[in-house]
Amino acid sequence: MSAPADTARPRVARGYRLQWEEAQQAHVLLYPEGMVKLNGSAGAIMSRCDGARTIADIVADLEATYGVIGLEGDVKAFVALALERNWLELDPAEAHP
Amino acid sequence: MSAAEVEAVGKPAVGPPLWLLCELTYRCPLHCVFCYNPVDMRATGPELSTDDWLRVLREARALGAVQLGLSGGEPLARDDLEEIVAEAHVLGYYVNLITSGIGLNEQRIRALKEAGLDHIQLSFQDSTREVNDFLSSTRTFELKAKVAALIKRYDYPMVLNVVLHRLNIDHVEQILDMAERLGAEYVELANTQYYGWAWKNREALLPTREQLRRAEEATQRFRDKVGSRMRIFFVIPDYFERRPKACMNGLGSIFLTVAPDGTALPCQSARILPGLEFPNVKTTGIREIWYDSDAFNRFRGEGWMKEPCRSCPERSRDFGGCRCQAYLLTGDPTNADPVCELSPHHGLVTAAVDRAERAAHAGVEHPLVFRDHRA
Repeated sequence: MSAPADTARPRVARGYRLQWEEAQQAHVLLYPEGMVKLNGSAGAIMSRCDGARTIADIVADLEATYGVIGLEGDVKAFVALALERNWLELDPAEAHP
Repeated sequence: MSAAEVEAVGKPAVGPPLWLLCELTYRCPLHCVFCYNPVDMRATGPELSTDDWLRVLREARALGAVQLGLSGGEPLARDDLEEIVAEAHVLGYYVNLITSGIGLNEQRIRALKEAGLDHIQLSFQDSTREVNDFLSSTRTFELKAKVAALIKRYDYPMVLNVVLHRLNIDHVEQILDMAERLGAEYVELANTQYYGWAWKNREALLPTREQLRRAEEATQRFRDKVGSRMRIFFVIPDYFERRPKACMNGLGSIFLTVAPDGTALPCQSARILPGLEFPNVKTTGIREIWYDSDAFNRFRGEGWMKEPCRSCPERSRDFGGCRCQAYLLTGDPTNADPVCELSPHHGLVTAAVDRAERAAHAGVEHPLVFRDHRA
């Protein structure tokens, strides 16, 4: 599992849907007959994966929003895990440059 | 200390019903021998109206339900399915349609897509027309293949479900070949669970240990061949396990089923459990059903457990297994699920498996009882 590039633009994979659930006070990822409840950081990252923003954009946005620095490693690790589990996807052109 | 705080301290919090299963109808064009629907459908009342279903969706969503299964019977037998899907989508459910495909044509799949249907799970009975049609007692194999193509064309992930048992488990390789030809992305090879019609046909459907071993090997070979292109779930029949399944994640924990006549159930087959009065959504609100009714509280948590469950370190993992199975096999739903080898009744399960072995070796064919609405 390799870290995604700074320029990669991950998006929620086809057949999956991310939404905020008031009852669970969490972002949940919904997919055919299943769901994953995301913790706070995972929800914050994934809700920014819209296929338009790059990894670098997402890191910058999160660092600005939460007033911290050094989030790049965490973001890349989560995106890599989510890509491996097919929760997120990249454009085929990006996935195999 | 206020009453609310006492309540909070005294009882573990009950979470919301995250999964709602609406069995829209028991009507079905198929007559499958392994169906878990009730054997005596005449004992159930008339189907809910469209308005009733829409109210169920709204009330459950307000409590936190988010995964919605629309099943049956065959849900396509309801001509208001599109309206139900549309409301569910607006409410924010992830909407799964669980179907045999019978009744799904281009016009309906387009309408369902527009209404916001998220996912379709298509069932097949076997890889060949002959066995598929025999097991469902219909001529439907080619129709299903057409439906599979429609599902692809409308850009749904292709999820196939095939229920396995003695009569088709030797075809696992061909079933997987078929799934690959149809472009399936997920395949669920679900061994029969013995409830309803399947319970009636258990002696004919239970596979042998050797059949099961070969099927698992064939599945693994296929996984090695196709890699991540096709994900295959092989659900082993629990009669061959040494520990019970964590059925429904414990009754009253996250699952809420509403039967065609509005009966609210903590699992699809719970209607068979003795001594419980199940509330109906026509007369009782979902909140009251979920939090206050005896039917949903009776087997919630661990208070109902007897030994060996009560002191078992694994009770928080499998919740004592399945209440319906405990009742069907031992006559007492508060017993441990006899699938567990720690249950004093485990011999009932191994005896059934042994009988299946002997019958298979002797070439005994048990008569099959096909699901029939008039039964």
